[in-house]
Amino acid sequence: MSPRARGLAAASTAAAAALALTACAGGSAGGSAGGGSSENVTLSYAIWDQNQQPAMQKIADAFHKEHPNVTVKIQLTPNKEYWTKLQTAVSGGSGPDVFWMNGPHIQLYASNGVLAPLDDQKVPTADYPKSLVELYTYDGKLYGAPKDFDTIGVWYNKALFDAAGVAYPKAGWTWQDMADTAAKLTDKAKGVYGIAASQYSQENYYDSIPQAGGYVISPDHKKTGYGSPEALKGIEYWVDLIKAGSSPTAQQMTDTAPEDMFLSGKVAMLQTGSWAAIGYAQNADIADKVNVAPLPAGPAGNQSVIHGLANVANAKSAHVAEAKQFAAFASGKQASQIQADTGTVIPAYNGTQDAWVKSMPKYDLHYYIDAVKDAVPYPVSKNTSVWTQDETDILSQVWAGTLAPAAGMKQLADKMQAALDAEQKK
Amino acid sequence: MTDLIAQRSSAPISELDRGRVHVRVPGSRRRGRGPRQSPLWAVLFIGPTAIGLLVFYLWPTIRTFTMSFTETGPFGGSTFVGLANYVRLFQDPELVGALVNTAEYTIIALVGIPIAIAIAALLNTTGLKGRGAYRTLYFIPVVTMPAAIALVWRMIYNGDYGILNQFLHLFGIEGKSWLTDPATALVAIAIVGIWAGLGTNIVIFLAGLQGIPDTILEAADLDGAGPVRKFFSITIPLLSPSIFFVSVVSVIGALQVFDLVYMMLGKSNPAIPDTRTIVYLFYEAGFIDNQRGYAAAIAFLLLIIILVLTVIQFRLQKKWVHYE
Repeated sequence: MSPRARGLAAASTAAAAALALTACAGGSAGGSAGGGSSENVTLSYAIWDQNQQPAMQKIADAFHKEHPNVTVKIQLTPNKEYWTKLQTAVSGGSGPDVFWMNGPHIQLYASNGVLAPLDDQKVPTADYPKSLVELYTYDGKLYGAPKDFDTIGVWYNKALFDAAGVAYPKAGWTWQDMADTAAKLTDKAKGVYGIAASQYSQENYYDSIPQAGGYVISPDHKKTGYGSPEALKGIEYWVDLIKAGSSPTAQQMTDTAPEDMFLSGKVAMLQTGSWAAIGYAQNADIADKVNVAPLPAGPAGNQSVIHGLANVANAKSAHVAEAKQFAAFASGKQASQIQADTGTVIPAYNGTQDAWVKSMPKYDLHYYIDAVKDAVPYPVSKNTSVWTQDETDILSQVWAGTLAPAAGMKQLADKMQAALDAEQKK
Repeated sequence: MTDLIAQRSSAPISELDRGRVHVRVPGSRRRGRGPRQSPLWAVLFIGPTAIGLLVFYLWPTIRTFTMSFTETGPFGGSTFVGLANYVRLFQDPELVGALVNTAEYTIIALVGIPIAIAIAALLNTTGLKGRGAYRTLYFIPVVTMPAAIALVWRMIYNGDYGILNQFLHLFGIEGKSWLTDPATALVAIAIVGIWAGLGTNIVIFLAGLQGIPDTILEAADLDGAGPVRKFFSITIPLLSPSIFFVSVVSVIGALQVFDLVYMMLGKSNPAIPDTRTIVYLFYEAGFIDNQRGYAAAIAFLLLIIILVLTVIQFRLQKKWVHYE
């Protein structure tokens, strides 16, 4: 889930959204439950990233070539409004036929019968990273065809490293190395910090917790791991970097986004996802000054969290069969190749990722692909946003230093467990 | 302070006014044409507003009310749960904080009223050069998008690079991160709220000021009242209907504050517990936690609070509002 995807929902004009989304499937006479019908069908395909629209259009065109009777119309909604609009439209029975799905929402949609299982579409699950297939499997059924993925790496500013005479981070480095490097790079007089130890989940603590040997949510999505000493260690790792003065404070990072500090040379290292690469490559100020390294290893390794989007089909679509076909197609080999060539995201289909790595040869982007091997799945449950809200609320106090990490983790564990228990009751 | 008015407003001037009104109204009635008296016309004119009110206000209010007694699924469908949402609401530890924060914000926001009166009075002084330009300047924030306002003020308040701190630095004052410090965040937001609302209030007060008959002020001059005495003994009391209107609207607006808090603070702001307002609580419940029924209960509580405060204001107005 990129920063674009971080704003899970925003208060948006729900009524207008519903109206906008009603413009869905066209010529529907008779329906087409049988599948390969030859009548003309128009599918609506909802996405949220404008940068990816050209690639999505190419994929839609490729599908139309194979199925001349099916036309796919793309509906672009900015991410901030995407989920509110989608939820409203689906509730009103006018959702898009095919749409992008992310980890935090998949179980909510799948468990409420919104999505059509894709099991009959022969999605080659062995050809996608295992964690992604797991992410989009609910109750033993595959509901989403993995579209792309992102893992986390450490971006560093070579100019700041050179100026401080510090060696670049390299594969095999540890938390201790990170702390030492960050301390050496910090120059308070110039307002330069070694690293941005921000309170970002996916980029920072969803990685450090498994690196310390803990987990955020149990594999069956029923138990929180926040009460464990390992999870505490994973949080303290970041808080300690701030305490040591090697990172801007939580307040500074609320005022100015960590990425902006990195881009303006005020922060030497930034953990961020593969989605950031293309932006850096296109930014003339820093394109040649930065590179990426693998995450430093904690007591249990240097795992990255993996997240990716999927294409899903609306169970209530007037053309379910075609919708399912397109969802699978838009994640297939040909579609993945189209995505890889644009360099915007790492396609999920194994074997097509190389094209993404090669699209920006000046960076060591292969580290992002290497990270898949040990990657841990993005933590989700049926109502993910309830406890991610608790994470944000409680951890912001921990990061600000007004709440001790141990006490905060205890609170968070209790709250998250209560939320998970409530999910089970429904 | 009321005796001056009492003397003047019951004097011949107002009788004369009343007389004029009397003469005019029957005259125009007599000439009224047929269609005006037909109820069809009335319906036609009221229709658009009435339909809007019905569809966008009344119906949602009823729906919210019924929804507050249900537990709703994330994609529609609901079960009746009686008063459970309200019981939970009054046990919610975040409710007290939200009520306190909202009350604080409302009180600070009311400071905007005297400021607006002062500016309106200055803009109303005769012989002021560039009056139109000033009026436009003060009104610009009103027609600016709240999102843009939030964005710019975030930059101004920025702890490291904000222009406010650079300004304070000139005087040797070390600023801080205004929006992330729990002690200042709410005040910082309220200042923006006051600034953004100033234009509307000034326009209302200007209209009020211009409605004060010169004759009364001239009479006060003859009685030997100075400008300060005139302002407090004549202008303010005669402006009281406008002040009353603005304060009612301001209180309602302040109680509903959400956009500024949401856009200026960002999600992981450590000051959130000290700035979370009632509508923010509503947003979290309804749009993040997917608990529409509970959110509806919060919305209804807010409606009741607004209703009660507005009724109190209307009761109190008898004590201080003077209608000429």
